[in-house]
Amino acid sequence: MTTPAGRRPEGAPVGRRVFLGLLGLGAAGIVGGAALQERLTPLVAELQIRDPTGLIATLPVGQGFRFYSVTGAVPEATAAGYRLAVSGLVERPAEHTLTDLQAMPQTELVRDFQCVTGWRVPDVPWAGVPLSHLLDLAGPVDGATAVRLTSFDGEYTESLTLEQARRPDVLVALQMLGAPVTHDHGGPVRLYAAPMYGYKSIKWLNRIELTADVQPGYWEERGYDLDGWVGSTNGRDDDPTA
Amino acid sequence: MTRPPEAGLLRFSRAVRWVHGVAGVLVLVLIVSAAVLYNSELQVLVGHRPVVEAVHVWSGVALPVPVLLGLASRSVRADAAELDRFTARDWQWLRSRTRRDGAIAVGKFNAGQKLNGSLSAGGGAVLLMTGAVMWLPDLTPLSWRTGATLVHDWTALAFGLLVLGHLSHALRDPVAMLGIRTGRVPVSWARSEHAAWAEELAGPAPDRRD
Repeated sequence: MTTPAGRRPEGAPVGRRVFLGLLGLGAAGIVGGAALQERLTPLVAELQIRDPTGLIATLPVGQGFRFYSVTGAVPEATAAGYRLAVSGLVERPAEHTLTDLQAMPQTELVRDFQCVTGWRVPDVPWAGVPLSHLLDLAGPVDGATAVRLTSFDGEYTESLTLEQARRPDVLVALQMLGAPVTHDHGGPVRLYAAPMYGYKSIKWLNRIELTADVQPGYWEERGYDLDGWVGSTNGRDDDPTA
Repeated sequence: MTRPPEAGLLRFSRAVRWVHGVAGVLVLVLIVSAAVLYNSELQVLVGHRPVVEAVHVWSGVALPVPVLLGLASRSVRADAAELDRFTARDWQWLRSRTRRDGAIAVGKFNAGQKLNGSLSAGGGAVLLMTGAVMWLPDLTPLSWRTGATLVHDWTALAFGLLVLGHLSHALRDPVAMLGIRTGRVPVSWARSEHAAWAEELAGPAPDRRD
């Protein structure tokens, strides 16, 4: 017994009003929040650039990369130890070092990076070897219709049709944001598939395998669309990035 | 005095303590997993995003369970009703600069505790609602998901601050902690922190001769 039987607390039910008021605000935010965010994001991005403490970058708005990994600590690859294997249905399987890749023709792109979970980073500079160049070097044999890409995190995989892989805006990226791709961004070598959602741009790339058909990658086995075109897949309507 | 002083007053029933304890542990798990999902530096350290996400989502789904089960208990309902009601004295207490000196006789809960209770409950409900929208993307249009993400992020920030405040008040008062752990508090503590409640349970304070 904490209160004498039958006694009711006096006063106005303010707690209930606060509770219901917050629920109402939350519901209004769900319906109208997207429009609010559209106005808020450029303002906050502007402030982030001018904020020397970096505190504003920790607020839940703005335009920055978020780090995603599906495994625990990913082993760091040194520039000297790194190898990119090209294998499967090809005439000339190969293993490229980072120096090999750096000596190949490079393409530079400035494109937005759009994540399927909603965040977008505008105007990211990318540079690297077109994936089509590596495919030409290897020479796909008849019957090869797709590429399977593997990450040295030991878990992540991705796939593209051969036609998608040959697009000029699909890069084996060596540079990002004007510097070599850092480990956290998937370095030393990652994919950048410009017209597609971020999950297609596999990080820590170490194997390109030509296959007879498209093999669903890590997220595609978990429900994401095989073709990750920005704006027309995964139930989203973002502005295209290419 | 109706009770020997060492027994103290019953502040929280067993049911109230269980609801508070289970919900509290779930909230801590939610906060830690949220920090990993949200903060890039922590995510770099921990990785395993699908696992952390599952822990976060299922702790969230579980959070209402102890609360709803608890409402079957009369003592939980009585404490919830007590937190709900604001009297003129509560507003006075909130406005007062010397609210801690005991001049305003506080009931079972002071106005700050009442505010924390309703804000936490409302914030928790908003987090559940927006979390459900993000978790079940097929049920709602895309713009709702964007709105739900925005609301979830900012509400989580506010909710985290509320929990920090609650913990810091609790850690500064070992007797209050004893109360939520064992259910009982000494009458002397009750008379100084919750005078009106103490008087209701233990009768008027004996005359002080000082």
